[in-house]
Amino acid sequence: MPLIAEVFPVEKDDFVTAGEASAKIKRTLKKLGVDSALLRRISVCSYEVELNLVIHSLGGTIDFQVTQDSVMLLVKDRGPGIANLELAMREGWSTAPESVRMMGFGAGMGLPNMKRNADEFDIKSEAGVGTEILMKFRLK
Amino acid sequence: MGNTTYYHSVMLEKEKCKGCTTCLKHCPTEAIRVYGGSAHIIKERCIDCGACIQRCPYHAKVAVTDPLTRLSDYKIRVALPAPTLYGQFKGLTDIGRLLDALIAIGFDDVYEVARGAEYVSQEIAQRVKNRKVHNGMPLISSACPAIVRLIQVRFPELLDNVVDVISPMEAAALAARKRVCRNMSAAPEDVGIFFLTPCPAKMTEVRAPQSIHKSNVDGVISIMDVYGQLNAQIKTARHFDNLQHAGSHGVAWAQTGGEMLAVGVENALAVDGIENVIQVLESIENGDLSDLEYFEGLACVGGCLGGPLTFENTYVAKNRLRRLSEKLPRLEAPDGEERELTSEELRTQLLFQPNPAMKLDDNLYVALQKMERIEQIYANLPGLDCGSCGSPSCRALAEDVVLGFAVELDCIFKLKQKIQQMSKQMVDISETTRK
Repeated sequence: MPLIAEVFPVEKDDFVTAGEASAKIKRTLKKLGVDSALLRRISVCSYEVELNLVIHSLGGTIDFQVTQDSVMLLVKDRGPGIANLELAMREGWSTAPESVRMMGFGAGMGLPNMKRNADEFDIKSEAGVGTEILMKFRLK
Repeated sequence: MGNTTYYHSVMLEKEKCKGCTTCLKHCPTEAIRVYGGSAHIIKERCIDCGACIQRCPYHAKVAVTDPLTRLSDYKIRVALPAPTLYGQFKGLTDIGRLLDALIAIGFDDVYEVARGAEYVSQEIAQRVKNRKVHNGMPLISSACPAIVRLIQVRFPELLDNVVDVISPMEAAALAARKRVCRNMSAAPEDVGIFFLTPCPAKMTEVRAPQSIHKSNVDGVISIMDVYGQLNAQIKTARHFDNLQHAGSHGVAWAQTGGEMLAVGVENALAVDGIENVIQVLESIENGDLSDLEYFEGLACVGGCLGGPLTFENTYVAKNRLRRLSEKLPRLEAPDGEERELTSEELRTQLLFQPNPAMKLDDNLYVALQKMERIEQIYANLPGLDCGSCGSPSCRALAEDVVLGFAVELDCIFKLKQKIQQMSKQMVDISETTRK
């Protein structure tokens, strides 16, 4: 049973609130006294994934859970889904439109960066349906 | 950690405090609570930034610095003027005159902190240039002691990136003592080094150093306390021609972006105002500024020129400093024979330690349980963050309740609800018992 569980809705193109979910997650983890290096890894992942939802998805949710020995981020969106997952996991590959790249996002580092920083990383996607990403971090 | 005694320059003068919530709302580390009709500072959390001093309408928040009378404790007294001092005087067209005025008010020698800044700039430039592993975050300036303390409390994971070079004040103090001991053949303990400060956090940096074992500064005097005397002396002081040594880059350190300019890193970012600095530190932490090489964060708007212990308006002072700087040569720290400090001396001696004052509990499981309880209490609070309960926000009140420092009925809305319930019960009782 998670002791802390919160679901954050994240909407497409909502740059006004983008980053608020990850800020809340970070604040909570700091209060809990999570180790610095681990906190940094979780921060990077939650921020990347939140911005991915804003930029690439049609909207979705971040389910944040903390148990005694792990932190979990389960992210689900309502589409559009990733056609070629293998390609999407490659560094530098991006489908972000020019308008988004102009804002400094969409460099194609997001998914590989998350995979590198999470202790467990799992991604499922179906074109036309949606994407689901599960990231787990072990607490010492 | 171990360090359980906390020195603070920022203090409350209780008799002046009205118990309003102005300071409460502006404290960046939520270190203030109001109860029993006055503010209280949580010393574990306070970073001496002075935000409360600047906001308090009743001047109840003060900075404790050393009085000028401390000069008499030493045979030879050296003034270390912060470059911020240069921007304080109307009509001052020559920095040399101000340095002369320092001698006139009782100092025996002057060493410009701006000169120390030139040595520090050079060291930082080397660190940025020789950086081998870029961990996706910029190197962070250690110059503003309030920002360093902010990082210790709120961003401990960034401490490894704080640059391991001592502050310009410490560099100047070290060089000054060496020079005076050599030139006047004085014993080190007979020399009193006094920093003229725009800010309370510098006093704390001297009394409770974090990156060196012991400060080389013997006393810290508020710019506000010497302003009047200096202003009177500037026009008439006898002229000495050997006091001024710093160039424009060293002097530039007084304002936001000055350090960045002096260090000469192109891909650097300078930010002032503690709330703005917090936002950027959040971005750094998120890995969102991974291409940045250097970050200069200053707690006060305008940099040190905006410090709580300055006399002049920040922007007026900034303009004056600009005009004074234009006349100065752009100097590098000297090399060879003239070099006063070694790279080893300019290096910090201790690692910056995290300050876990925001943590709920040392035990993660207990912390989790407390967090769960906080969420439950928070869900039932009005969410107005009015501060009337004495905690800075509804969430902070929920935390204070769980940590045992407050009760839910400190919330005036909760209290009102309770009173309504009780009065309704009273009415009900009297109704049912009426014969």
